[in-house]
Amino acid sequence: MIRVQHVVKTFGKVTAVNDVSFDVRAGEIFAFLGPNGAGKTTTIKMLTTLLRPATGSLELDGLDVTTHPMEVRKRFGVVFQDPSLDSELTAWENMDIHGVLYHVPRHARRARCEVLLRMFELWDRRDDLVKTFSGGMKRRLEIARGLLHTPKVLFLDEPTLGLDPQSRNQMWTRVRNLRGSEGVTVFLTTHYMDEADRVADRIAVIDHGRIVATGSSAELKQQTGTDSLEAAFLALTGTTIRAESATAADQMRQVARVWRR
Amino acid sequence: MAVVFVLWLRELKKYLRSRVQIVASLGTPLMYLGVLGFGLGPVFQRAGEGNYLQFMAPGVIGMTLLFTAMFSGIAMLWDRQFGFLKETLVAPVPRLAIMIGRTLGGATVAVLQGALIFVVTLIAGFRPVSLLAVPLAFLVIALIAVIFSALATAIGSSIKEMQGFQMVMNFLVLPTFFLSGAIYPLEGLPRVLGALTRLDPLTYGVDGVRGLLIGRTHFGVVLDVAVLVGVGVLFVVFGAWRFSKIEA
Repeated sequence: MIRVQHVVKTFGKVTAVNDVSFDVRAGEIFAFLGPNGAGKTTTIKMLTTLLRPATGSLELDGLDVTTHPMEVRKRFGVVFQDPSLDSELTAWENMDIHGVLYHVPRHARRARCEVLLRMFELWDRRDDLVKTFSGGMKRRLEIARGLLHTPKVLFLDEPTLGLDPQSRNQMWTRVRNLRGSEGVTVFLTTHYMDEADRVADRIAVIDHGRIVATGSSAELKQQTGTDSLEAAFLALTGTTIRAESATAADQMRQVARVWRR
Repeated sequence: MAVVFVLWLRELKKYLRSRVQIVASLGTPLMYLGVLGFGLGPVFQRAGEGNYLQFMAPGVIGMTLLFTAMFSGIAMLWDRQFGFLKETLVAPVPRLAIMIGRTLGGATVAVLQGALIFVVTLIAGFRPVSLLAVPLAFLVIALIAVIFSALATAIGSSIKEMQGFQMVMNFLVLPTFFLSGAIYPLEGLPRVLGALTRLDPLTYGVDGVRGLLIGRTHFGVVLDVAVLVGVGVLFVVFGAWRFSKIEA
């Protein structure tokens, strides 16, 4: 479903993604696990046509992402790390605009919005402005919206960041259920080991822009001779804390925290 | 087409729902109208230029258009990281359709805001010479709104950090306002200032509105409209180009 080959992405002198290759099979839940700044979000941005790779190729459903961006965009849904809902509109309006943007015919759009809003337990709140929603509800709405046009792949960039344990738990149950109800391939990133362990069929561990290991949770433990994914992760990526420099987006995130938008 | 419409409608809905913002954005123009309009009125009268309120009401409408449109462009910076913009950027629709929808939406909001100020100036005592000219004046107002909405989109697509906001405010928005002849006549200016005012698109906008509403114009309404259309086309193309280059 997804094939990434020898992809490199540099920002000025910094190499964010360095010769990354991996495959995601149709229908599986694939997790990108890595510390902050490892290149997870950059990879998702390249797969979702927001960034172009310096070299290498990315394919989604057999289509080249850089040469056929429009066709590729129809085939995936995405939930970004930072919210992308319109908080001044209602849940229903957010869903409806998405349907128009993805050319879902009016009739199908209404039916689909209802199914998804019910599935994510937001139906009763459909006419409320999104700015009155809790963090967990917003995240649920984003996932529901991402599924509206029945994509083949759903990208989730740190979907449980900032949620309480109850919401996180519930989130993963839903994501696992999606495979049954929607038949969608899920590509997610996280830096929580226990979540990757619990939800993913296969895991790629990424560090400093390189993939250091790929396999199921059991395989990774076996490879490293450890008994937990956390120990495997530390064996693969080392224990030093990463020095990162703040980007413009990080600065804005701090402002956002203060204003709690 | 449906995409352009739905994005335009979104801007409009957001505007009509934000009552606080509508009231707050009336503050600056009201201050100019009240303090400058009535404060400098007697001096203006003594200089033989007539009623200052009549003169500056079109200028205050122009200012409202400029400020409203430019703020929507700055809001885009936030929208790109924490808002709805990213959702539209990964949708299977041409960037041009998104840009046009947003720009027209922003321009419509600016026109509505301008209309509100127009009503306020009427209450303050402003009297257009001919009611028939009012719809024509609103066509010029719409042109001004499109110009600055497109420019705002170009800027919102280009700046990356919040600090850019101050730069835009101090080096673009305020000079555009002060050089436009919104608050002083263009006749008999020192040569350098006169040349600068001619480089400012808002000058032609305010002059056109003034020409239609009070029959006083420096360049002539035809030239004003011609310049505005030219600049409008240029800015929309420029805005569309910058918008197509956004990497989120």
